[in-house]
Parts: sequence; C-alpha cells; structure tokens
Amino acid sequence: MKKTEKSYISFTEEMKKDYTVLIPNMLPMHFTLISKVFRNYGIRSELLLTQGQHIKDTGLKYVHNDTCYPAVLVIGQFIDALQSGKYDPHKTALILFQTGGGCRASNYINLLRKALQKAGYDYVPVISMSLAGLEDHPGFQMSIPMVHRLLYAILYADLLMLLRNQCRPYEIKKGESEALAQIWTDRLAAEMDVSGKISYRKIKENYKKILADFNKIPRAEERRIRVGVVGEIFVKYSPLGNNNLEDFLVKEGAEVTVPGLLDFCLYCVYNNLMDTKLLGRNKGQYLIWRIAYRFFLKKQKDLIEIIRQNSEFDPPTPFEHTVSLIKGYIGIGAKMGEGWLLTAEMLELADKGIKNIVCTQPFGCLPNHICGKGMMRPIKERNPDINIVAIDYDAGATAVNQENRIKLMLANYSE
Amino acid sequence: MQYSLGIDIGSTTVKTVLMEGDRIIYEKYERHMSRVRAKALELLEEMKPHLMGKRFAVALSGSAGLGLAEACGIPFVQEVFATGEVVKRLEPEVTAVIELGGEDAKIIFFDGGTDERMNGSCAGGTGAFIDQMATLLDLDADEMDRLSLAHTRIYPIASRCGVFAKTDIQPLLNQGAKKEDVAASIYQAVVNQTIAGLAQGRRIKGKVLFLGGPLYYCKGLRQRFQETLKLSDEEAIFPEYGRYAVAMGAAIYAQKTGYETEFDTLIQRIEGSVSAATVSNRLPALFENREEYEAFHARHAKADVARRAIETYEGRAYLGIDCGSTTTKMVLLSEEKEILYSYYHSNRGNPVEIVREQLQTIFWLCGDRIRIAGSAVTGYGEELIKNAFGVDLGVVETIAHYTAAKYFLPAVDFILDIGGQDIKCFRIRNGAIDSIMLNEACSSGCGSFIETFARSMGYEIDEFASKGLLSPAPVNLGSRCTVFMNSSVKQSQRDGATVEDISAGLSVSVVKNAIYKVIRAGSAEELGQNIVVQGGTFYNDAVLRAFEQELGRDVIRPAIAGLMGAYGAALYAMRVKETTLIGKDALASFVHTSKSAVCNGCTNRCHLTVNTFSDGKKFISGNQCERGLGLGAVSEEIPNLHAFKRAYLTGLSEKKSEGVRGVIGLPLALGMYELLPLWHGLFSELGFRVEISGMSTKRTYEKGQFSIPSDTACYPAKIMHGHIEELVERGVDAIFYPCLSYNIDEKDSDNHYNCPVVAYYSELLKGNMEALEQTKFLYPYLNINSRRELTRGLHTYLAAFFPKISKGEIARAVKRGFAEYDRYMAAVRKEGERAVAYAREKGKRIMVLAGRPYHADAEIGHGIDKLATSLGFVVVSEDSICQLAEHHPVRVLNQWTYHARLYRAARYAAENSDVELVQLVSFGCGVDAITTDEVRTILEQNGKFYTQIKIDEITNLGAVRIRLRSLIGALEQ
Repeated sequence: MKKTEKSYISFTEEMKKDYTVLIPNMLPMHFTLISKVFRNYGIRSELLLTQGQHIKDTGLKYVHNDTCYPAVLVIGQFIDALQSGKYDPHKTALILFQTGGGCRASNYINLLRKALQKAGYDYVPVISMSLAGLEDHPGFQMSIPMVHRLLYAILYADLLMLLRNQCRPYEIKKGESEALAQIWTDRLAAEMDVSGKISYRKIKENYKKILADFNKIPRAEERRIRVGVVGEIFVKYSPLGNNNLEDFLVKEGAEVTVPGLLDFCLYCVYNNLMDTKLLGRNKGQYLIWRIAYRFFLKKQKDLIEIIRQNSEFDPPTPFEHTVSLIKGYIGIGAKMGEGWLLTAEMLELADKGIKNIVCTQPFGCLPNHICGKGMMRPIKERNPDINIVAIDYDAGATAVNQENRIKLMLANYSE
Repeated sequence: MQYSLGIDIGSTTVKTVLMEGDRIIYEKYERHMSRVRAKALELLEEMKPHLMGKRFAVALSGSAGLGLAEACGIPFVQEVFATGEVVKRLEPEVTAVIELGGEDAKIIFFDGGTDERMNGSCAGGTGAFIDQMATLLDLDADEMDRLSLAHTRIYPIASRCGVFAKTDIQPLLNQGAKKEDVAASIYQAVVNQTIAGLAQGRRIKGKVLFLGGPLYYCKGLRQRFQETLKLSDEEAIFPEYGRYAVAMGAAIYAQKTGYETEFDTLIQRIEGSVSAATVSNRLPALFENREEYEAFHARHAKADVARRAIETYEGRAYLGIDCGSTTTKMVLLSEEKEILYSYYHSNRGNPVEIVREQLQTIFWLCGDRIRIAGSAVTGYGEELIKNAFGVDLGVVETIAHYTAAKYFLPAVDFILDIGGQDIKCFRIRNGAIDSIMLNEACSSGCGSFIETFARSMGYEIDEFASKGLLSPAPVNLGSRCTVFMNSSVKQSQRDGATVEDISAGLSVSVVKNAIYKVIRAGSAEELGQNIVVQGGTFYNDAVLRAFEQELGRDVIRPAIAGLMGAYGAALYAMRVKETTLIGKDALASFVHTSKSAVCNGCTNRCHLTVNTFSDGKKFISGNQCERGLGLGAVSEEIPNLHAFKRAYLTGLSEKKSEGVRGVIGLPLALGMYELLPLWHGLFSELGFRVEISGMSTKRTYEKGQFSIPSDTACYPAKIMHGHIEELVERGVDAIFYPCLSYNIDEKDSDNHYNCPVVAYYSELLKGNMEALEQTKFLYPYLNINSRRELTRGLHTYLAAFFPKISKGEIARAVKRGFAEYDRYMAAVRKEGERAVAYAREKGKRIMVLAGRPYHADAEIGHGIDKLATSLGFVVVSEDSICQLAEHHPVRVLNQWTYHARLYRAARYAAENSDVELVQLVSFGCGVDAITTDEVRTILEQNGKFYTQIKIDEITNLGAVRIRLRSLIGALEQ
C-alpha cells in the first residue's frame, strides 16, 4: 500500500523537450556511457564532472551532517551546479538512482528534495531512476530496450575500468592506459548515441578491439602488490568520495582491483530472487527476475570468455562463483546496502590471490557494520594471510589519517 | 659499524635516535608545539657533533613525518611497522605491543600471525586525550598521575571517545567526586578504550610490551593496564626506550633501505622542502586590516552594563550564581541592576569551595551596609550549590540566559551561548522560549576545545585568539567533532599553515559547528533579526567575528558575555521575598565533605556521591532516579509506558514451561524488545523452556564489550554482545535471534523494513563472538508477515538442529506466538490510552518519550523515563499512542515500521496541546538522521517544541534534566 502521498514534481513529457537532466558522478566512464544512453532516448542529460572542497561545503550546508557522506556529496554537487549559473534552474532536472532497499540510501532522493527546498530550488524536478519503480515520471520511463542498452554501457565501462587498472601500474609511457580508456569511452559513447537496434555481435567485436588495444600498451614485466578496493558503492568508486584512493594506491606502487558495477546490478536482481526463495515474497515477479538474472549472467559470461580467449588480462569473477564464496560467512538474505556482496567481494579478491583489501565506507555506514567490519574477523581467521583495512570517509576525515592506515597495510604486506 | 638515524615525528612530539648497529648512541624527545619542520631541524642541529663527517642511513616515521618525508624525499616507514622492527630485534619473546601516542593508539600481536591495528578515526582516548582531561581537572600531567595512584574507587567513564568521556567527567567533578578517583578513572577509560577499540575480541596475554610517551610517563596508567589485563610484573614490560621505540624502529629500518646521506645534505633537504608546502583549502581573512578590526571592536564595546563600586553602595543586593561545567560565575546586583561585584573563574573541579570563598569575599565587602535579599543559582551545579548554601532559587539555564539577554536587547529573538563544554541556543517567539537546541555529545567543538588546543601549542588562550584575528588565510578545518579537528589541524600543519591561520580556522570551525551542526540553519534569516551571543567563548573576538561573517549580519555581544547566566540569575533573584541564603557566621564554619556510595534501590546500582555539609544536610548526586535520595519510591502510580513495557517483558521470563525439548535463550535487545512475546510464545508452545537475558545494565555492556568489531555502531547493538554472553553463561542449549529484513507490516508505510543493524546483527555476532561456539546459535532469515512462510522457514531451519519437530507443531506454535504478540501490542496500546486518560483527569502533562522499542531498556534509556515522571510528566511511548492519530504524510521515504509509528506519534503530539514529544536518538543511528528532521518539522509546523536527546553509553542525566526542565519552563511561560 502506498502511504506517502505524491509530494514531488514529476518529470513530464513536456519537460523532456527542453530540460537539461543533470547526472551525479560516481564512476566517470560508466556514467559517461549511461548519459549517452539517456540522450539516445531523448533526454538531454549531462554528467557533472565538478570536483573540490566547495562540493563538500555546499553539501554540508544543506544536508544533515549525520547523514551518510555520499548524500552530502551528491546533493552538494547538484546544488553547486544549480548555483553555478551554468544551467537555467527552471530548465533543469536532476536524476538519482534508487534501489529502494532497507538502507537509508533509499532516502537520498527525499533528502535532495528537502535540500532543494532549503536552497530555493523546490521547483526543480528530481527523477528517481529505479528498477523498483518507486515514483512516476512520464518524461522518463525505463523501457526494456533502454535497460538493455544501459546493461551494455555498464559492461563496456566495467571492461575499460578493469583493463585500465591492470595496465596503469606497468605502463612504460605514463598516462597511456588512462588516455586509451578515455578514447574508447568517447568512441563507445558516440556509438551508443546512434538509435536503432543494438547488435550484440558488434558489441562483442568491440570487446575484442578494446582488448587488442590495451594489449598493445607497452608494459613493464615486474609484478606489483595487488590491492583490492571494496565497500559502499559510492565511496568505493568515486574519487570525490574517497580522496582519490585509486591514484594514491597506484602512487604507492600497487595494482588496484575494483570489482565492476555489473556485480552490484546482479546483486540487486539476485536479491529479488532470494526474497521469494527465502521469504516467499513477491512470487508473482519471480519469473521475470529470473529471466533478467540469467540474461545478465549470460552477458557477464560472454565478456569473461572473450577476455580469456583474447588476452592475458585477469577477467572478472563469474557472479555465481562470487555468490558461492559467502557460504559459512554471511547469509544470502543480508541484502541492505551492499549487503552480502561486500563480504563476497572481499572473499572473491582473496580467492583471486589479492591479499590486500581496502574496505571503504562512509563514516557510520549501517550495513557495513555488519557486512564489512563485522565480517573481517571471520575472514581473517580463515584466511590468515589476508590483510584488510577499513577506512571511513567523511567530510571531516582527513587524507593524512586514511593514508597512514593504508600505508600500514602495505607495509604489513611487504614483510 | 653502520650509523643509522631514525626520526619519529608524531602529532605532538619529535623523537630522534642515532644508532650504531644495535646500540643507541644518542636520543632526544621533545614536544614540537606544531612547529614540525623547525623542531626537527633544531633537534638535528643539536646532534651535529654526532653526525658530522659520517655517512649514515636515515628514515622518518610518525603521522606528521609522512608529509615531511614526502616533501624531502627521505625514506618513510609507517610507525606501527617501525615498532614491529624493534620488537623483532630486541624483544623476540613479546606476544603483544600496546603503544599509545599523542593521538594514535596501536596494538600489535605477534603470537599466531602478526596482526597490527590502529585506532579508527572516531577514537580519542590517547595522549592528547589525557592532556585534555588533565586541563579539565586543572592539573598538570604529572600531578594527575601522582593523584591517580591514591585512588580508592573507579567511576565508569565512557571510553569510546574523548568527547564522550568529558561529558561523564564533568558532572563527576561538579558533584564533588575526588580528583584522585577521577584521575584513575580517566586512565581506566583509556585502558578500556584500547582494549575494546583495538583488540576487538582478541585476547591480550603473555608478555606485553608497553610503548609510547603516555605509558612512559604515567605510572597510574601503567597500573591500570597491568591490573585490567591481569599481567604479572614479569609479563608487563615498560622499557626505558618506551618513548623512542618508533624512532628506533625507523633507524633499524633505515639500515635496510640502502639510502645514505650526510649531515649537510639532510639539513638542506629538510630546509628545501619548505617551499614545497602547499597552501590549500583556506578561508577568507577575518579582518581585511587593523582599521576594520578597530571599528568592530568599538561597535561591540557599546553593549555594556552599569557598574558601581561596591564600597559606595548601601541597601539591598541580589546574588546570581552560575555554576557551569568548567567555570563558576557570580554576579552581585544593586537594586538598580548595577553590577557591584562579579567573578568568573575556572571551577578547578571543586565548585563548592569556589563559591564558599567567593561568598566569604562578598560578605566581607558587603559589611553591614549591604544585605543580600535574594539569591539564585543556575547551571550544572545548581542542585549542589543550592543545597550547600541555602540559595533561594534554582533557575534553568535557558531561562537565566533569556532573562539576561532581554535586558540588553528587549526584542531579542535568538540567543546563542557557547560555553566551555556546551553550545546552547534558543529562539524566542512572542516573549517565550520557543525552541531549544543543545549540542550533542559528539560535536562539542566548544570553548574548552580552543583553550586546550592553545595550550597544546604553547599559548595562553588570549594570546592564541588574538593571533588569529589578523591571519590572512585561516585554514578550513571542517565542522565536526574535535577528534576530526585534531587531524585536520595536523594536515594543515603539513601543508604549512601558521599558528595564526590555525587559530583563526579553529574559531571559524567552532562557529560553523554551532550554525550547521547544532542550529542546523541554512541561512541567517532562519536564526532571527535580533541575535544575542554570549558565553565565555565569545570573549574571543575571532569567534565573534567569524560568527558575524558566517551570518552576514551584526550581533550583540554583551560585555559580560561570560557572566550572562549569573547576571540572569541575579535578576531572577529579585523576586525573592525572604532569603534563606547561608549567613556570615554559618559560612565561617562551613564544611563540605563528599564520599562515594552505591545505591541499592534497584538493579541499576547507580554510583552515588554523597555530599555532607556542616549543618548535617546531605546532597546526593549520581542517581538515575529519586530513589537514591532517600526519599523512598517515587509516586509509582504515575503511568510510565516504558516501565510498563519493561515489566511486561521481563514478566514473561517467569512463565516457564517444562522444557522437554531443551532450553532456548532469547537475548532481550534490538528487535527482540518488541517481538519477544512472539518468540517466547512460539518456543514455549514447541516445548522449550525459554530463558530471557533480562534487562541490560552497564555490566551487560562491559561483559560483551570485547567482541564488538565496529566501534561506531549504536549502543543498543553493542549491548547485544553482553546479552549473548549472559545467555551462554546460563548454559542454554540454543540462542535465537533471527535475521528479519522486514518487520511486521502495519500497513502504514511504503515499506516495512528493519534497519540493517536490527535486521542482520546476528551475522556479526556469529562472526565475532567466540562464546557462541559453546552453544547453538539460531539465526534464520524469516518472513514474519506470513504465518505460512514463517512456519515453512522455521521448519526448514530447525530441522537441522531439532529434527523431530513437525511442521504441524510449528504451525500451532506460530499461531500461539502471534496470539501472544497481539496480546502484548494490545496491552501496550490500552495502557497508552489509560495513561492519557489518567493525565487528563489529573491535569498532568503527557510526554511521548519516542524512539524505538528498545529505548525502553533501562540501560539504553538511562532512566530518562523515570526522570520525566519525577518532573511530573505522564510518560507514554510512541507505539502506545500511535493508534490515536491519523497517518501523517511525510516528505521522506517512510519505509521502516518503527518510524511509521514515530511519525504518527509526532502527529498526535502536534494535535494535542497537553502532549509533548521528546525523541530519543541513539548515537550513530544513521536512520535517525532522517527521522529527526521529519519529526521536528511535524511538530514545529504545529507550533510545538521539538526536543531531541541523543543517548549512548553516557549517563549524563544532568544535561537531560536541564533539557526537560527548560522544556517545562518554556511551556509554563
């Protein structure tokens, strides 16, 4: 039963014509491609690439600062953009992604609306993008073909991120991997912008071309310490959220592994299956979710297969294997926030032989008390050679303390 | 032989060690007063004779060394790692190292796989913390150490974070606890902090090496560690080189790096790195130039009061006393409201003595010419001082401050008071106090913070503050708790900030903290038109200026900004007809003694401080309820829904069935607080004897403290560990706490989740509590919204443990469980309605003490319910009256069952003039960051007060009492 009366401004068909839709930045490559998919469906989207202290400050001004850090940053970035004069606030809409889970992150959108009101932009529509269909926005409707395209955007970006991370520490010419990833992002974005049917064959061809291009980057032979990054989705990925963690790790001589965004998508889909299996809920939707799950899974398998056949790069772990790792650690029903996936990703890294893990979370992140910090003891107990450091991110936390702790972890390893 | 130099630059000190092979040939330890580079160079210069003409290896270490090492390209070794190097070389038998530094605490385990841990970002209890506490006690570190050795008892002091501990210590001091005991208790808090925060379930045993400055200097601290860890003298090692271990480790490490240098090159490198410092993250200057400052100064000089030399006055006078948390203020007024005498001083941990001295002075000055016709006291020490000296009236702080502010600015509509320990602010609407906001325990970036910081940098507060005024570029330090600020300062030093910039930056952050964290304002308009600022902290012109700048508007700072409470109290005292204040003769023979005791009134066993005065009068403090005061039971008939729920739930433990299938334990914590009747009924029906862990106490928490992996989780979750320990001790066959993503669907919200902690805490327990290996731990994922699914889920799960239970039996048990649950919920609601009817009949006020079901717990709720009834409120809970109001539309996603009730309860309070809502919020509850704003909006839109009380392990009922009394005061206006 819906009990929250509709108190938000819908994004209408009318608005679609001349509104600019701003997208917050969590993962630059992924969101560039996602933005293109939106454009393809007639939405004039724009990815916010702003950085810097003023985003935090703006966020703190408009958001309760006990709220999690990602909300502070995302809302800060939006309001900062509206105040920048670059956009006509009367012709701008904002978009946020909602999972509708039991974590307070589901409330970001409401916090954003409150903040907009406080800042005098209560007329700016906020689009909720969610598979759970939490709100009604006639001008922005997710169709199956659109989800399909978004899936490819994510797969492409996951691949680019994976290859860039594996090449970057070893590249002879500094910056080459990043540049190549950027070239490909632009090229794929251009391709995504063309409407019409998507050819999966073409996509697989692209995978191979991408692999070939990265393979050509001249790299040093040495092996570096491999460090995995897991955690709350925003601070795990966003350089703005994690004080440029990846750059720091690379500078310290590490090869960074960050599990892809597809895992999180699969996790969300899989949880719907588990709701039925464990709790007997939503039986009516079970079949649809299962079809989606298998479809996603197949796409991941294809990608893994192509990486294996065409290169020496280390492919993502098949999702089903990732799921199987949590047995004896945490229940598959723990589904709030990153839930069991967080535990699974730590185990997945250990399984790959990556023994150093940075577990990132916003200060006071509720699900991570359990799925992150709460699981470190059992994980270390059963994998004594593993090294995990939990790092909290916050508007007030300083890079000095964070870096000192990460250095401790790296020093531990080199013994 | 190879020479190697180790330099350890920590948050407060620089240590250097020169080694020749394994032998130390030179060592030095000095505080750097935040002049990191300069101090390092100075120490090196002193070593010149030892280093000249040699080639030597060198490495840096320490939190402040990191930046320097990077800037000058010298090898760096992480400090914990450096310590490890020393132990491996010098103390191979050691099993664990505990090292306390200025701001870091570390444990390294060597037995069974090296494991190195460091305190997280929310964990004060270290050297800097001890320094701060010493300041609070008005002692230097040595004195505090000496006193601690003579302690006779240990008070419980919250050990998680320095700010929390302060909140515990302050009332102890004000209540007259002995400094010896408080000092030892502070050390104990550090010990508990280290063990709970760092060891996290791993036992510290065998040979333990203690390192770092605080452990080298403080014998009392050593004693506490040794006793707590039960280490013999042979097992606890406090080496001579304790302070230098990290520097030694760096020197040992240096030998392996292959990096060698010479004296001149090293000096050049360090000097050369100065230019590499970056200036980032700065704020605009407070004043453009000196003229601007002078104009500002002249403007504020106008807000003064009339004074009169006491020698020239004759007649009646009125005395106001403000016994605050760190300072005692007194004002004597003439009938024309002129100040005859005023006093402002740190209460040095003994306010009674200060007031006695001052009264003596005042009496002497008054002679026979002046008669004190009325007196009033306000502040934390109100009750104590009132009892000690027969002061006529006690005034709530907020009322006292408003009384004073009105005198300066009759149209005042907003008052902000930043004192030593707290920030208070309130709005005035239509001549009455409208909403009151106090800082929460986590954000006390207040006056004493700047003061402590100034001292740590080697300045007196006045000098430090005036330095900030003309800083061209104050550093941006954020607006969070002090622990964060400390490390922000550290970072800014690394970036080359000067003392001036830091001083100004601290002022700005105190102000930002007040505006954005406490007041939570978006713009100046929200505050008001006529703002009065006061409190000792506003004597600091930098703070005042920062506030005006942030607001973009001028404010009034009375010249007696620090005396406003006492001034208001004195004005208030003018209403006294006949005074009861102690006389001159009685004062001469006044004696005050205090001793500690434990109250046996109930299971809480509060630690009491019994103050005895010369006339035989007693004043008891520290009690959670009125029982300890020797007044007998409180009028028990006042309905209190929290007490009702406690009685109902603990009453279930008497209903025990045979237990043919064994004994099952239910921990009474988190979600169990509401679902207990369901599970109790269900397992009883199945033929289990049900053991309930019972109401929590502080000891419950302590019992499980050692296995808590996440120190920022909420107190209700952390206390769960103790409940589990308790059940395991009782030898139950199994413990049950299911994982419930979804709570009962009351069809009142968009969704009906539990919060992640309530839902999945079992997973954490299973992973972190060794005790659970001694029993079966049952934590199935269940759907409690469908009896069929619940039956199916339980049947599948229990089959592995109790294969003989049939599905039919479970179906019957589920039915019985729900019948019990429904009966409980109905009883709670009926009692809620009875309470309302009772209140209306007797003309009493109703308080919705709202939160979540587990806030009714005696320990988690800290007896706030009892305090409320003792103040005359009928207390109901949110779930007992939510049925009396309509559903309330909210602007947030209403997706948690407990919150839907909360919003309804808020609406109920909003609609009924005799109902007030006080929201209990657990520290660290992320979900409540969302609900609090919403509940506030519901209430304030309807012209009601919103009162929020943050609770954690702290038991500072004094602050809560002030809040509730302010609420009553405001209601009565």
